[in-house]
Amino acid sequence: MEPSARHMPHPLDDLLRVDRIPHIWCPGCGIGTVFSSCLTSMKSSGIDLAKTVMVSGIGCSGRGAGYVNLDSYHTTHGRALPFATGMKLANPELNVVVFSGDGDLFAIGGNHFIHAARRNIELTVVCVNNFNYGMTGGQVAATTPFLAKTTTTSLGNPDSPFNLPLLAFAAGATYVARWTVLHARELMGSIQEALLKKGFSFIEVLAPCPVNYGRRNKLSLLDTMRLYQQKTIIKNGASPTELDIDFSRGVVLGKFIDIQRPTCIESYDRTCRPQEIAEGKAA
Amino acid sequence: MTGDVACAEGALAAGCSFFGGYPITPATEIAERMSERLPEIGGTFIQMEDEIAAIAAVLGASCAGAKAMTATSGPGFSLMMENLGLAACTETPCVVVDVQRAGPSTGLPTQGAQADMMQARWGSHGDYEIIALSPMSPQEIFYQTIEAFNLSETYRTPVLIMTDEMVGHLSEKVVIPEAASIKTLVRPSAKGRKDRFKPYRPGENGVAPMAIAGQGYNIHATGLTHDERGYPVMTVEAQEEMMRRIKGKIRNNLADIIRTHSYRLEDADIAVISYGVSARTSLAAVDEARELGIKAGLLRLITVWPFPEVELRSLAERVKALVTVEVNLGQIHLEVERCASGKAPAILVGHPGGAIIPPERVIEKLKDIAGKNH
Ligand SMILES: Cc1ncc(C[n+]2csc(CCOP(=O)(O)OP(=O)(O)O)c2C)c(N)n1
Ligand code: SF4
Ligand SMILES: [Mg+2]
Repeated sequence: MEPSARHMPHPLDDLLRVDRIPHIWCPGCGIGTVFSSCLTSMKSSGIDLAKTVMVSGIGCSGRGAGYVNLDSYHTTHGRALPFATGMKLANPELNVVVFSGDGDLFAIGGNHFIHAARRNIELTVVCVNNFNYGMTGGQVAATTPFLAKTTTTSLGNPDSPFNLPLLAFAAGATYVARWTVLHARELMGSIQEALLKKGFSFIEVLAPCPVNYGRRNKLSLLDTMRLYQQKTIIKNGASPTELDIDFSRGVVLGKFIDIQRPTCIESYDRTCRPQEIAEGKAA
Repeated sequence: MTGDVACAEGALAAGCSFFGGYPITPATEIAERMSERLPEIGGTFIQMEDEIAAIAAVLGASCAGAKAMTATSGPGFSLMMENLGLAACTETPCVVVDVQRAGPSTGLPTQGAQADMMQARWGSHGDYEIIALSPMSPQEIFYQTIEAFNLSETYRTPVLIMTDEMVGHLSEKVVIPEAASIKTLVRPSAKGRKDRFKPYRPGENGVAPMAIAGQGYNIHATGLTHDERGYPVMTVEAQEEMMRRIKGKIRNNLADIIRTHSYRLEDADIAVISYGVSARTSLAAVDEARELGIKAGLLRLITVWPFPEVELRSLAERVKALVTVEVNLGQIHLEVERCASGKAPAILVGHPGGAIIPPERVIEKLKDIAGKNH
């Protein structure tokens, strides 16, 4: 694969489709940091990369699958999770990573999210939460803070956002963490743990969208980074009920949930298959 | 057994190992049968949270190498449309069964119709080709389900089985042949140097070999317009190239894809055109008409899409009327009329849905045309 002229060598080159660089992400966008953290963790975790796939939905974040040099599937808006579910069930040897945006995973795809977590299907879900629909020009999302301005809430968002870790926990996720792009080291640690976790893992990453969200809320990239630094509190094991995002009170980051319960496939094999077949499969 | 159960058995005989579903009358029995049978043979059944998820899971499973299917009825079929387009665009094999019931909307949930035929052709946005089959009996749905998988794998395209509540719930004798006597086909598989592989470079019949997840080809599949590397390219040229490929692989292989059955058509001067349950009505009507001295024959569409245009055009040249019999108010009829191009009148014997068309209505129409009604 020939890198394009504008591409400088990078340690993650083998995991990147360098012939697709430059990417579409705007200068100052947080998605790139989340994406490179994800690739770095894939490498460091020691998982078999030939058996690792990335599935995305639609959105700026959903373009992730287009840049990773692995089997990668850019699906429809909101449907990355059920697509990934079918993939994992059809070939349980695959490591399936879902990389997508907050709108994709929690608005149009919200129902799929709770069901994938409930089934405890073994997936690693990385959600770039930039508080809005970046790709379509900055509309309100299910994660947009109360009173924040977007193109469809020009006077302020009248609704309250989801607390994503609480939702993931309540639905049955076995691994739940939240970081920001400023916490890349912790984020990489979490993604690595999630990749090795036997169960449904969810990592929310707060990321700036300076072009569409920041601009309308008088938050320059630097302001956002300052918030991520000064208005966050790392509190591993915090109760998911304490995780509402309100920068005026401080936003809690950390690994909140890391538990074990039978995965979708384990349960299916045990419950639905005749014993010989279930054992044959395990062998 | 019923048509629904025979459909499930046909899928298993074809090598289906994944079913993603969501319950809906009158298709539920297909899911129920698959939920019992698949785990016994090492396959997987999953009831998803809705039909959007069901077809998405089917596509994921197919990309991971499984022969995969789902089954639904009108309301669920509508929900599946966006991802049906994804399957067409990414060239992902899958089989979707629509056991049609009367609509629109919730309609008559337990009563049949054939009113999703145009949705089957055009239901997802954008231009694409689709293959759709229409069985007239439980025995035929068994074979057509195998055929649907074979076509889907051969052409890397979604294939629809457009059956109806009447056939789905009809109980008739079904002979399941020895597995060894059943021809099952698999998609053309990726070969050669992994770093040089182009996932959308077509082979001889216009179909690109397919790499499945985990084989090491590092492929990219997207619903965006893409080039032969699978990479998004937002140009008119790339669009044209991709459209030529995904339409061409079907349009250039029509002789292999299209199946029809001609009954007493050789000397007919009135041609009845029908499919699915209405073909049963039509067969009875043709026999009865012949008794009355009316030279009627039946062209039964086994493949509904792509439409057997060549056959219809040549029929229109030599008969004095084309009578389409279908449980809707004129869908395939429009195609027949198009192909007739004014060479012969196209006449509809339709029905708003909820019941089969009695043969008498067809006979009356044939009598009218033959001038035997005074
Ligand atoms: C069915 C459907 N509805 C709407 C769209 C338009 N659309 C594209 S991306 C997007 C929102 C993406 O938001 P998010 O997932 O938060 O991703 P971001 O761009 O913010 O990274 C929408 C609404 C679409 N592609 N498909
Ligand atoms: S619009 Fe926002 S989310 Fe999308 S690339 Fe630009 S900065 Fe990133
Ligand atoms: Mg977003």
